[in-house]
Amino acid sequence: MSDQSVNPQPTRTIVIKGRTVVKGKVSGEALVTRETISGWGGINEREGTVIERRHELVGQSFAGKILLFPGAKGSSGWSAFFHMTRLNGVSPAAMLFTRMTTKMALGAVVTRVPAMTDFERDPFEHIQTGDWVEVDADAGEIRITKGEKPA
Amino acid sequence: MQLTDFEKAMLDGVNGRAKAAAMDLLVRYGEAVGAERLVETNNVAGAFNASTPSVKRIVDKGFDAVYSELNLDSDEIVEIPHMAVNTWQLITGIDNDNWALQGADESLVQMQRDSEAYLGERGVNMCATCTPYQVGNVPIKGEHCAWMESSAVIYCNSVLGARTNVEGKESTGAAALTGRIPYWGYHLPENRFGTHLIEVDIAVDDMMDWGLLGYFVGEQVEENKPVLNNIAHHPNMVKLKHFGAAAASSGGVELYHIPGITTEANTLAEAFGPHKAVKTIHYGHKEREAMYMKLQSATDRKVDFIMLGCPHNSIEQMALIAELLRGKRIHPDTALWVHTPRAIKQVAERNGYLRAIEAAGAVVMSDTCPAISRRLPKGVRVIATDSAKQAHYLPAIANVQGWFGSVTDCVRAAISGQWQGRV
Repeated sequence: MSDQSVNPQPTRTIVIKGRTVVKGKVSGEALVTRETISGWGGINEREGTVIERRHELVGQSFAGKILLFPGAKGSSGWSAFFHMTRLNGVSPAAMLFTRMTTKMALGAVVTRVPAMTDFERDPFEHIQTGDWVEVDADAGEIRITKGEKPA
Repeated sequence: MQLTDFEKAMLDGVNGRAKAAAMDLLVRYGEAVGAERLVETNNVAGAFNASTPSVKRIVDKGFDAVYSELNLDSDEIVEIPHMAVNTWQLITGIDNDNWALQGADESLVQMQRDSEAYLGERGVNMCATCTPYQVGNVPIKGEHCAWMESSAVIYCNSVLGARTNVEGKESTGAAALTGRIPYWGYHLPENRFGTHLIEVDIAVDDMMDWGLLGYFVGEQVEENKPVLNNIAHHPNMVKLKHFGAAAASSGGVELYHIPGITTEANTLAEAFGPHKAVKTIHYGHKEREAMYMKLQSATDRKVDFIMLGCPHNSIEQMALIAELLRGKRIHPDTALWVHTPRAIKQVAERNGYLRAIEAAGAVVMSDTCPAISRRLPKGVRVIATDSAKQAHYLPAIANVQGWFGSVTDCVRAAISGQWQGRV
């Protein structure tokens, strides 16, 4: 536990329950977008970056991040491209999404990172880029610490 | 997820390690998506071929390793038997004839040929196109399919009334070996009704206009199910091919209805079934103009490369391009590649279209496209295309500027070397 006496802003942890898509536990920094993401043609699978011209995350890396996004769009190469990010060591650390599709489900399965959906509260209301998020897909919940990694 | 005894036996390895790995992936995937069971399919269209440099290091371990890793998501290398059901290879990375123009090295071409021999022996039909429905795989209404390729899926669901979700490389690989796919989404009749009403307030007739309408609809409804009303001109296969490809690029549309035209709805009431439209959206001159501008990502009018045939061209599109090029020469600084399935290329050759196109200095490509292969002529900075889908993807993939226009605008640019389409 962090020592509250040296931390003037007491850390507040928010817990949101959801449905597990792929089991596992991981913690990391959140990367949040309210825009759906294309796999094939939308990401660079060697670098783990978004390349879609008009996407708000264009040029940004999702490698090792807790990626919160609405879901998948575009080509059926979605799963194959996120599959390649795993083989290339640049996949997100976890996937949190709000709209289920076959592209999204298969992509999460083959990326083999903890993944969750169907949250009891809107995760976009509670998670911002840079927040520290513990994804416990085994227990079906995420724990959010605002700001940065807790001590 | 509920499995039948036969499916449980496959999962337990009674029919070999490959089918067990395939069932394992289908169970993981089915549970992730929330399916209650699997459904039988005898029509799989996927991406099996090894044709990219990134696959090469897996090919070194053998083609069973490629299928195991990339088509089954299996850590174990399993021996791949003959496909259990009808299976088709979609578009691939290299044109087996024009590979040198693509800048592919010979070892990669040999790898693709070896891969095709391996897959061919196992019953993967090498149609090598994004449009299987143009070259003999035309599913019938209600047929359960497992297809990849978003532009083919939307055509399959909407125009033909067959049933498929957008599958991926791994799920089609597993379906081909088991004849099973999760019974979810568009396989269920209750999920096939429209959600959004699109009132088309202007006449939409030529292929470019159908592309613009599709791009608008996809952007508006995302992965919902649009129903188009007030269509002034009856479309054809080419126009709906472009409409669907565009709607699946700007959004995630996998099914639409045009009452009286597409298979599953004769009336608006049939299209929405027990539901009401959640939203009515109008498409008029203003929206058309906005889409046209959105698809332009170029500023430089000097064009280096023209891409036609996304999705792959039909024979009548080949005829039109031959007619536009007959007796002309394309600009020496400009390359024009026209893409069509290999089977249609053969017809085009027989008709003299191929000769007319090649005599003008253009190239007819099969098996692939620049977005899939990531191969363009050297030094390209500015491209032009008649495809909303290609205009959406290629500039990002190849880091180039892109113009979008009609096929006539594109051929004219190939001849003059300058984009003269409206800006």
